[in-house]
Amino acid sequence: MARFVLTNITKFVLLMLGVSLVTFVLVSISPVDPVQANVGQAAYASMGEEKRAQLAAYWGADTPLFERYFNWLGAALSGDLGMSLRYNAPVAQVIAERALNSLALMAVAWVVSGALGFLLGIFAGAYRGTVFDRVVKGYCYLLASTPVFWLGLLLLIVFSVQLGWFPLGLSVPIGVASSNVTFVDALHHLALPALTLSVTGVANIALHTREKTIDVMSSPYVRFARSRGLSTLRILREHGLRNLIMPAITLQFASIAEIFGGSVLVEEVFSYPGLGQAAVTAGLGGDAALLAGIAIFSAMLVFGGNLIANILYGVVDPRIAKREVTSDEL
Amino acid sequence: MTMARSKCEPHGNAQPGVKPTTESTQSMQDPQALHDQPRSRHGHAHAEPHGHAQHLHGEFHHHHSHAHTSKHPGFHHLLTVEGLNVAFRMYDPQAPFFRAKQREVEVIHDLSISVHEGEIVAIVGASGSGKTLLADSIMGLFEPNARVSGVIHFNGERVGADALRQLRGNGISLVPQSVRYLDPLMKIGRQVEGVGRSDRDQAASRLAKREQLFAHYGLGPEVADQYPFELSGGMARRVLLCCALMDEPKLIIADEPTPGLDLELAIKAMDDFRAFADEGGGVLLITHDIELALRVADRVAVFKDGTVVEETDVASFASPDSLNDPFSRELWYALRFEDMPQTQAPVEDRTEGATTAPAASLPSREEG
Repeated sequence: MARFVLTNITKFVLLMLGVSLVTFVLVSISPVDPVQANVGQAAYASMGEEKRAQLAAYWGADTPLFERYFNWLGAALSGDLGMSLRYNAPVAQVIAERALNSLALMAVAWVVSGALGFLLGIFAGAYRGTVFDRVVKGYCYLLASTPVFWLGLLLLIVFSVQLGWFPLGLSVPIGVASSNVTFVDALHHLALPALTLSVTGVANIALHTREKTIDVMSSPYVRFARSRGLSTLRILREHGLRNLIMPAITLQFASIAEIFGGSVLVEEVFSYPGLGQAAVTAGLGGDAALLAGIAIFSAMLVFGGNLIANILYGVVDPRIAKREVTSDEL
Repeated sequence: MTMARSKCEPHGNAQPGVKPTTESTQSMQDPQALHDQPRSRHGHAHAEPHGHAQHLHGEFHHHHSHAHTSKHPGFHHLLTVEGLNVAFRMYDPQAPFFRAKQREVEVIHDLSISVHEGEIVAIVGASGSGKTLLADSIMGLFEPNARVSGVIHFNGERVGADALRQLRGNGISLVPQSVRYLDPLMKIGRQVEGVGRSDRDQAASRLAKREQLFAHYGLGPEVADQYPFELSGGMARRVLLCCALMDEPKLIIADEPTPGLDLELAIKAMDDFRAFADEGGGVLLITHDIELALRVADRVAVFKDGTVVEETDVASFASPDSLNDPFSRELWYALRFEDMPQTQAPVEDRTEGATTAPAASLPSREEG
């Protein structure tokens, strides 16, 4: 147990270091000139040489990579993630403001796609070859090959522009004081982006669960259960869920990275002010501190997801749980 | 090959079978008449009418000859399978990939076998020759792309696919090979008691029955709380047997129930099946191990190329002259030559035998 904790802490620290270093390296070798990118074309053209040099110093464009990184790292270790130059606010504050939006979006998509995908996968697998299975399979292949942003645009065209059921973008109504924004308003704005993200997330989990279900249903223990008179539905309930839920949950926790990636695109399409959108802005604007902050935040999320999957697996699977105990006793 | 012989089952329900073959429907024209006068319809090779109860030892009827233990209480077999065919629709494996057409591959053809009450019948055949498919067919476990035809009678009733499904765990029980047939994530106790039977009173009585069976087979109460991966091979075998006995079957189909055991241990393990048969049950033992079959079974059915080529009293293996099929005789010689060096056994069945018992100890359970 102690070893498990220690290994994971080491892994976590190495991951954080790696992610932040890669972010700084990428920003430094990026051809984007932060000064030019952030002050705007017209302002940059009318700017004097001296002013430009001043701004370049402000952005730290001339500071060597490793000096910048270690400055940032030293501050980060003491809890200061630095200033977002693009938003002119502390990185922690920018992330905190936007994380709420993003987490709401991702949580909805994560739960809906997981539950829907799992159900579709189980029944498609158990009734393989039937019309239902074919429809689910077709739907999944279609979605798996559909770009998220394109689907987002399609939903916008149909539900926002033509039907007018949902707002065109943003997370709150325009022209309303933030104190007057209701929960319903927020949900109304969340609906389409969440739907886009959920619908595309279904394909992965459904196809995976379908394959797993086929494996389980053709396994010796299911054959034996059948020979003892259990019906397909009973077998699914008693043996299927037990053996299928953990792979599905593991996959779902591991797919947080994909949902995060998808949310970047979806937030762009729907102008939804979340982390993904901030990450794009930070990347294009050469805002290394903010980008590193967001990268670390998302890496923590993904790492946490995988860790939970690992722990859950041990709790539910007696083979892993008992072996863990015995190896500790030795 | 057996069309002329008439049916032995007096209670021929006209219930549709698993796509009955033509020969069997012909013999089933008037089920009521069969029911009324069971004896007169037994037109065997000799004209004299007789019931099942009066078969002589070694007498040939119904594709098989009898052992001394074979009995027909109620004038019928416990299980009769006649003219069973199992075919699969699949893409022609020989044809080039993109031009392969679907064709039907017949895995079992015109197979007949019977099990009487109180006996162990062994089906002996090479590994991977489709013996397990036979077990599946008897239990009504068909793959979606399988086409199954034939006539099956259980306990005097003609059973179709639906009735076979009803009989699973309710008359016919399977004893599978290994621990892989248990759900790796479910505790042993729950699996033996059986899941999905919701009734509370029943759950209590099943628990009691399970505890009784565990006690009888030397499985400690702690085993109920263990998971399949914690079982030793011997424990797993007893657990699997308990699973079958929970449902109080009339017929047990044992599909290679003693894998990896040497002959003496395997014979010991078969004592439980012997006890079950002695109490009036029937056991269909599916195995690749001819020596095991000859030592524990009452009758042996030789399975080759998807059919039973000979179904006979185990005593017939005492001499090649009492075996009718050339393949059975080949088997007999293969067994005899076992302890002679340099002699290649001409039979593939021996490849997985894993038994080295001297052939001198061969057939014939003691008579009487």
